[in-house]
Amino acid sequence: MRFEHKDLLDIDSLSVRDISMILDTAEGMKEISNRPVKKVPTLRGKTIVLFFQEPSTRTKLSFDIAAKRLSADTISISSGSSSIVKGETLIDTAKNLESMNPDIIVIRHPSSGAAELISRRVKASVVNAGDGLHAHPTQALLDMMSVREKKGRIEGLNISIIGDIAHSRVARSNIEGFTKMGAIVTVAAPPTMIPKGVETLGCRLAPDIDSCIENADVVMMLRIQKERQETILFPTEREYSMLFGLNSDRLKGAKRDVLVMHPGPMNRGVEISNDVADGEHSVILEQVTNGVALRMAVFYLVAGGMKNAD
Amino acid sequence: MRIRLKGARVLDPGNIDGFKDIIISDGVIDALMDPCIELPPVSQSSSESNREVQPSVYTPENDSITDIDITGMVVVPGLIDMHVHLREPGHEYKETIKTGLKAAAKGGFTAVCAMPNTSPVNDNNSITAFMVSRAKELVNSSLSSNDSTRGSGVCRLYPVGAITKELKGESLCEYGDMKRAGIVAISDDGRPVENARVMRRAMEYAKGLELPVISHSEDINLARDGAMNEGITATRLGLKGIPNAAESTVIMRDIALAELTGASVHIAHVSCEESVDAIRNGKKRGVKVTAETAPHYFTLTDEAVARYDTNAKMNPPLRTERDRQAVIDGLVDGTIDIIATDHAPHSPLEKDVEFDRAAFGIVGLETSLGLSMQLVQDGRLSFGDLINKMSKKPALILGINNDLKVGNPADITVIDTNSFWSVNPKTFLSKSRNTPFTGFSLKGEVYMTIVGGKIAYQRD
Repeated sequence: MRFEHKDLLDIDSLSVRDISMILDTAEGMKEISNRPVKKVPTLRGKTIVLFFQEPSTRTKLSFDIAAKRLSADTISISSGSSSIVKGETLIDTAKNLESMNPDIIVIRHPSSGAAELISRRVKASVVNAGDGLHAHPTQALLDMMSVREKKGRIEGLNISIIGDIAHSRVARSNIEGFTKMGAIVTVAAPPTMIPKGVETLGCRLAPDIDSCIENADVVMMLRIQKERQETILFPTEREYSMLFGLNSDRLKGAKRDVLVMHPGPMNRGVEISNDVADGEHSVILEQVTNGVALRMAVFYLVAGGMKNAD
Repeated sequence: MRIRLKGARVLDPGNIDGFKDIIISDGVIDALMDPCIELPPVSQSSSESNREVQPSVYTPENDSITDIDITGMVVVPGLIDMHVHLREPGHEYKETIKTGLKAAAKGGFTAVCAMPNTSPVNDNNSITAFMVSRAKELVNSSLSSNDSTRGSGVCRLYPVGAITKELKGESLCEYGDMKRAGIVAISDDGRPVENARVMRRAMEYAKGLELPVISHSEDINLARDGAMNEGITATRLGLKGIPNAAESTVIMRDIALAELTGASVHIAHVSCEESVDAIRNGKKRGVKVTAETAPHYFTLTDEAVARYDTNAKMNPPLRTERDRQAVIDGLVDGTIDIIATDHAPHSPLEKDVEFDRAAFGIVGLETSLGLSMQLVQDGRLSFGDLINKMSKKPALILGINNDLKVGNPADITVIDTNSFWSVNPKTFLSKSRNTPFTGFSLKGEVYMTIVGGKIAYQRD
């Protein structure tokens, strides 16, 4: 079996088999991070460019660590330091990067479709680390990995996603991914945060948080982006927390062994209460741990997988 | 110098439909005659019974006549595109008056209306005068000195003046002065007049000058940050949407203002069902409202954005199948009077970028007729209806007489209705190539465009 994709742009273009292969590979990679010497030579001599046009700490670090544990060389370009501020177009920047022969370009960009735009212009593999409101495939894959690890399966599980679905690439990729793997995804949010025709992504829409959480195997909370307040999505954080915040009382409606997830960074006290964030059901930090293994798997597979193994 | 167009069906809806030869002399239509009649000597012409109109200057010896055999073609009054952006002055790298007017002639248009959102804006008589004189210069620079039937390859230009200074929506422009310089209508196209009171005053004032007001109907607060139609495709692609209501609410407002003022308002680029309904209601109430749509709105849906194709990005955006059908229904029942192109040339600088950063708009002059003919092929419009929407109605609104009648300027479009062709942007005469129709197979093609009695375009 071979991974047939040059790039990882979104979940939509992956088959069930592709996703399973990525998750299986990631599980195998996880052990490397627990060794005293956390490094294998798999991608020695490969160059990975981390091209981040949006602020990011966790995701960028996760990609960087993943690359280094596979012995790849990484170079980071961020928005402040890049020639984009000097007026260069995205395509020109990509072509310039290409001229230095990187093997993989990891891109995060505020415009939906930016990763795909670049992938059409360069020979290097492109890994989407988040494009606008469109997709964040590695986040969805690490979430699926975390669920599968804890629950032993994805198929048939009830997954609840609560928060700003309309402006969340994490939500889009997770709805597509979990649905594709046979889970039942239900979303809830104030109607201002529900995109038109959200059901066409494969999920169900619940009228409120309690009915969304009911009987859930997994509750995934999305970050409320304070910086979006200018778009008038909800009156106050206080009211949001009252209507759509997750607390231990509400969590009682879910299954007893429910997992609580959050892609981070959290607004404690807004979308999630302290006790739930740090409680027994929370797997939020394990998501971060799995992120490294998952991204190692993605690098390994897009770089050619078995062919390049030492 | 005279030209005789021979062998074609001549269709001027409500005026002529039949096989006629057309004689053009000194830029005007000199005669429309039944075919295959030998030109008689002048002395006999008065007794000729089967000639509709007597040629005024025929004597076999007085000068030469060039016969152009266009058997199998259809001759119609020159097509008029009420809505184009020519980009000159200011953005000549996208289009110039010259390239735009040549592209128009190739598209079968004998006249186009140029929107005022140039740089500087056409909001005063000197910009209007510049555009008019530039077009006149082009007309006078003949392409070929050997062939006097040939023109310079351009069509006529009718500038549209701005409603407000610098399109800012604040103060009115000198419409009277600009009308003397050549404007035929006013519009802030590309931007709405946000303030209803300003729009009201513009309509009232323009009414006194008999200038139609063209409404770019868009609530910019509702549309803000939107990159495509609000709907399931936008949801899938993670692009911010522009709802139908951003268009229809302002159309409703402007119809109400037209009713209040008694002015004539023309609604630009109608794209959705709610807008068609609003206009239909306005017409029922007797408001002087006319409307246009563009071929992309009755040909494509928002699915054409597919994988972030910036050539499917325009404003208003491509809508859903339901809207597309509503636009066609509006064309069929007469709610939508006109097909215009909203020809909006952009270079790769504006289009070969991230979707949400790309400019709105597509070129349309060279594909409009072929795409619109599809409505005839589908049995939705008669060919005569189509010519009404692309020629007669625009002429009526703009106060131009383009009937195929003796004495009128010879502005004529010759259409090969049976020709199959495929859209290839490399063959465009426009400076820009931003079209979503590359590779489309179409039936019905411009064979010849005659402007002021000279051939501006002829198919190879």
